[in-house]
Amino acid sequence: MNNHKLRIAALAAGTALVVAGCAALTSSHDAERDAVALMKKDFHSRGQATLDRLDQDEVQKACTRYAETGKLPEGEAQHLQQAQLATVKYPADGDYLGDWKAGEKIAQTGKGKQWNEKPTAKAGGNCYACHQLAKHELSYGTIGPSLYHFGRTRGYGVDMQKYVYAKVYNPQAFTACSSMPRFGYHGILTEQQIKDVVALLLDPKSPVNQ
Amino acid sequence: MNPIQRAVSLVCAACALAAFGVHAQSSTEQEIEKYRQQVGEENPAELWEMRGEALWKQPRGPKHASLEQCDIGLGPGVVKGAYTVLPKYFADTGKVQDLESRLVTCMETLQGLTREEATKNHFGSGPKRSPMEALVAYITSESRGIPMHVSVSRPEEKEAYEIGKKMFFYRAGPHDFACATCHGHPNLRIRLQDLPNLTDPKDAQRAYTTWPGYRVSQGEVRTMQHRLNDCYRQQRFPEPGYASDAVTALTMYLAVNANGGKYNGPAVKR
Repeated sequence: MNNHKLRIAALAAGTALVVAGCAALTSSHDAERDAVALMKKDFHSRGQATLDRLDQDEVQKACTRYAETGKLPEGEAQHLQQAQLATVKYPADGDYLGDWKAGEKIAQTGKGKQWNEKPTAKAGGNCYACHQLAKHELSYGTIGPSLYHFGRTRGYGVDMQKYVYAKVYNPQAFTACSSMPRFGYHGILTEQQIKDVVALLLDPKSPVNQ
Repeated sequence: MNPIQRAVSLVCAACALAAFGVHAQSSTEQEIEKYRQQVGEENPAELWEMRGEALWKQPRGPKHASLEQCDIGLGPGVVKGAYTVLPKYFADTGKVQDLESRLVTCMETLQGLTREEATKNHFGSGPKRSPMEALVAYITSESRGIPMHVSVSRPEEKEAYEIGKKMFFYRAGPHDFACATCHGHPNLRIRLQDLPNLTDPKDAQRAYTTWPGYRVSQGEVRTMQHRLNDCYRQQRFPEPGYASDAVTALTMYLAVNANGGKYNGPAVKR
């Protein structure tokens, strides 16, 4: 190998090292930007699940940023919760308690918002996927806490009703980066449906409180 | 009844209740496991494996060639153990590819099929059978008993892993879900279904090494591409493209987390 070829080889090896070094130094921020760009390139709208669902709001952004490392810093969490609490639209009639029987049905079904479903079909809350509620339903998940005897242990008062309404409407108002969907904020459940879920938890006659 | 007796009987009632709850759940899980064992001895996936082996060797497409010279990770024509090194970087395409993406490449280059033809019926449904699901069943079955050892030594592979990790934690959509919402914490259940924590090597190994699987509920062998597609549907995300770089990146993250686990698919799944 003559000198010229050697120099080229050395240069190529040096470049490769630099490239490898750069790749290793790719920051977490760059990887996130690349991930979003790749998803936008490779995902497509299907039915009601349109591509703009990949665009994050402030909550989703903040909760993604801290998902790997742990909890949101306290100050940021407080700020996020306050902003989310302000989004809650309470019922105009001031009545929070619906029909627990309708609430039980909402708690049982997980339909809604998926690409294979009609956009006009009423969605469910799928509460049992994550929570224990009524004692008779043994098929419940453990992603969220047990809500069995919710009203019985916490009380049935109007303040409690208002809190549960807001919690179902927007859980981020109380627990930053909670896993629970924002059922009212995102329009998954209607006002009446949320009232029915409130009744499932807080009507003394509901099986949750038996 | 005196207060002490009453307290004791209350506690006992609570115990009985708790025992009933536990019993009812574990018996449901036991029934699923029993069923799994029954069908596991005669895994219906074998039919897909046989069809897949025939497809692998059958000349198809305008070039009338089989896939037998396809390099799926360990060199042209090597099937044994190949699934355990995927996804990986391939120099000819300059891309990190998973098994399905790689099979599409080989159908294009060796057999002369278009991408559209190669991915037709990629998720089978009854009489519309999927050549891809059969090929994947065959190829993965040839890795049974071999530990997963996916490499991230190349920068492209490392990049795919890092992007896949970001995708795993990415919260979006009307339900604010990420993959991590259900699969990022230990010992969770959705309804009665145990959720593997895919950030934990033990759980990731158990989950990853049993896909693809014969889905009893669907009567089909489902591949990793299908598994992730169905997760995204339930996450309320838009649909990921079949055999796309995005799905490969997420698969890369999951596969690396499962490294060291002995591959044991296609398994029988709910």
